Amino acid sequence: MVETLQQLLPGFLIPYFNALMQLGHNFFGALWPDILTVVWTVIKVMLIIAPLLLVVAYVTFWERKVIGWMQVRIGPNRVGPWGLIQPIADGLKLMLKEVVIPAGADKSVFLLAPVFAFAPALVAWAVIPFNDVLVVANVNASLLYVMGVTSIGVYGIMLAGWASNSKYAFLGGMRSAAQLISYEVAMGLALVVVLMVSNSLNLGDIVKSQGQGRFAEMGLSFLSWNWLSLLPMFGVYVVSCVAETNRAPFDMAEGESEIVGYHVEYSGMAFAVFQLAEYSAMLMCSTLISLLFLGGWLSPVRFLPDSIFWLFAKIAAFVFFFFWIRATFPRYRYDQIMRLGWKVFIPLCLVWLVIVGCWMMSPWNIWK
Amino acid sequence: MPDIQNYTLNFGPQHPAAHGVLRMVLELDGEVVMRADPHIGLLHRATEKLAETKTWVQSVPYMDRLDYMSMMCNEHAYCMAIERMLGIEVPIRAQYIRVMYDEITRILNHLLWIGAHGLDVGAMTMVLYAFREREDLVDCYEAVSGARMHAAYYRPGGVYRDLPDSMPQYRESKWKSAAEVRKINEVRSGSLLDFLEDFVKRFPKILDEYETLLTDNRIWKQRLVNVGIVSPERAMQLGFTGPMLRGSGIAWDLRKKQPYEVYDRLDFDIPVGVTGDCYDRYLVRVEEMRQSNRIIQQCIDWLRVNPGPVITDNYKVASPPRANMKSNMEELIHHFKLCTEGMHVPEGQVYSAVEHPKGEFGIYAISDGANKPYRLKIRSPGYVHLSAMDELTRGHMIADVVTMVGTIDIVFGEIDR
Repeated sequence: MVETLQQLLPGFLIPYFNALMQLGHNFFGALWPDILTVVWTVIKVMLIIAPLLLVVAYVTFWERKVIGWMQVRIGPNRVGPWGLIQPIADGLKLMLKEVVIPAGADKSVFLLAPVFAFAPALVAWAVIPFNDVLVVANVNASLLYVMGVTSIGVYGIMLAGWASNSKYAFLGGMRSAAQLISYEVAMGLALVVVLMVSNSLNLGDIVKSQGQGRFAEMGLSFLSWNWLSLLPMFGVYVVSCVAETNRAPFDMAEGESEIVGYHVEYSGMAFAVFQLAEYSAMLMCSTLISLLFLGGWLSPVRFLPDSIFWLFAKIAAFVFFFFWIRATFPRYRYDQIMRLGWKVFIPLCLVWLVIVGCWMMSPWNIWK
Repeated sequence: MPDIQNYTLNFGPQHPAAHGVLRMVLELDGEVVMRADPHIGLLHRATEKLAETKTWVQSVPYMDRLDYMSMMCNEHAYCMAIERMLGIEVPIRAQYIRVMYDEITRILNHLLWIGAHGLDVGAMTMVLYAFREREDLVDCYEAVSGARMHAAYYRPGGVYRDLPDSMPQYRESKWKSAAEVRKINEVRSGSLLDFLEDFVKRFPKILDEYETLLTDNRIWKQRLVNVGIVSPERAMQLGFTGPMLRGSGIAWDLRKKQPYEVYDRLDFDIPVGVTGDCYDRYLVRVEEMRQSNRIIQQCIDWLRVNPGPVITDNYKVASPPRANMKSNMEELIHHFKLCTEGMHVPEGQVYSAVEHPKGEFGIYAISDGANKPYRLKIRSPGYVHLSAMDELTRGHMIADVVTMVGTIDIVFGEIDR
């Protein structure tokens, strides 16, 4: 870690850095490397979370603008130039508002639920690679880790619905639990196919494996990415992602015209945390789609260099896609969502799993 | 094992899909509705009783506030009731104006309905698109009456005044630049009829736009097809009228079956549904908007070439022209009598109904010869349709309850009166 920093820092800072290291070593003795690791990890975590929260705030702004334009409206334009300070104002307002705890609610669970919803959405970012080297924790089974951690988010929603002591919130929580569990299965099966062809559970390796193939050799690497060879899985995964994040048209856990949602009793910052969770989950899903099916930071054509810019562009495109379908589609009904998940997606995934398996065993295997 | 009991859910009156103040007590088995019990009365303003204390003309603005989404149609039924009791003839130009505004009102109402229905089902963009078009039509209201909603434009014996030669203009402001204002004022530079004709030309394309968003949308169809089916026989037994009845396949429309004003001279069709589900009612209403558009076009063509009086010359009913009042004793007395004690309607009773956007809207009035109604009874279509709520929703899910509220096209002003 010290060596990496020495490489990264500009030349004139290196003597100061070395002096600091020496000072620490003299002061703490043998504990110094451990302290250094902790400090360095915290810094890395902050480097991810702080920009992430800022991005989440501005994703809400962007959503309101984009949907506004789609709906012949202007969108927020009062606070600051072009309304740019709107998310900050919203955040401030929500922070200053009282968190009303309904009579009869289970107070501790009620307050814990937003944390349960939000924390997994942040924790998952630990293993997301932004390019070949930029990743907080480059673990071998990062895909498994992401799957495991993000599924905890459903507890937040379920507990919120249950702890509120409200029938509407309870219905919202139940719907959400059923929905998330069903679509997790379809998502998981789609991911199994991806890891079969990439031969790895590491997100970085999955991205790198997409950079090779016949089309990549021809210079058109975007045709080598998983989205084309695994097109049905790509479709299943994208739709499941929309469902997983409780976004329209699968937003029946929120369903503002029916049951108003699992967070109907929440106010102030506790409510804001649910919103943050929803949007960071949306960013997370867009990132995963980009990494797993669209070659992450890889450039679509050979004459342009690979860069983190491509990853951000792909994420932004998917976030826009999320907004777009929200402005376009009516909401599914509860039983229709379940039917789509269990009777269409899961059988489709299972069949495709077998097909890809056979394909890989055959002489026409393209993923060698 | 303990019994698993159904639970009740209070749906409204503070609910985003309550369309005002609908309160329903739902008995739920999981998400499935076992019984829906609509409660009314939260918007009761005693319009019928108030009318007994006002002269005949003074109640016209109260009619606007019944179904506050189809204002002029309410006025129409009320004015028609008075005219029938008085036995007076409405000038032909006024009849055309009334028909034109009835159809404008129908489009206004159906636009709000398509927006609200979309919003209920989750297609939130619809409501904003619909309001963009409503804006132009309420401008027509404003041009003719000065009010964008509660017009009080129809009067016993005709309409308040003739169509204006100019439209209200947008002015430059902090929010609208000069160039923008010039652009939106372009269609407003001519007379009301020019403006309306421009709208009528644009509107079919706009409806196509709505339909691309909804009609063949998989999710929209999944949510509406085979939801809330009412058989033709049952629809009649329940007293359905308007699009609710026509959605079930019965071609009953007062404009055709009991033509009033000049509907018998106009060319238009009555759309009917086949299965009687929410989707059919959706299609019927969309088609009704297209037909209304046709009617408006025919009215515009007629009104352009046929000037004439727009209110009866019976000065016992309507005020004489202002100029005559200044120079003529007789006219002055008429005006004084009308403005103080109002008109006297001969003894008798009458039921007059119009094809209101929501169904048959009727006024049953009894007069004892005084200057006030002895009794006024309002037959509002929404009240009848709401009473079928239980039958419509039973066995469906909570999300369908919201669809049903949308398909009935509930406005509480007329239900509670």
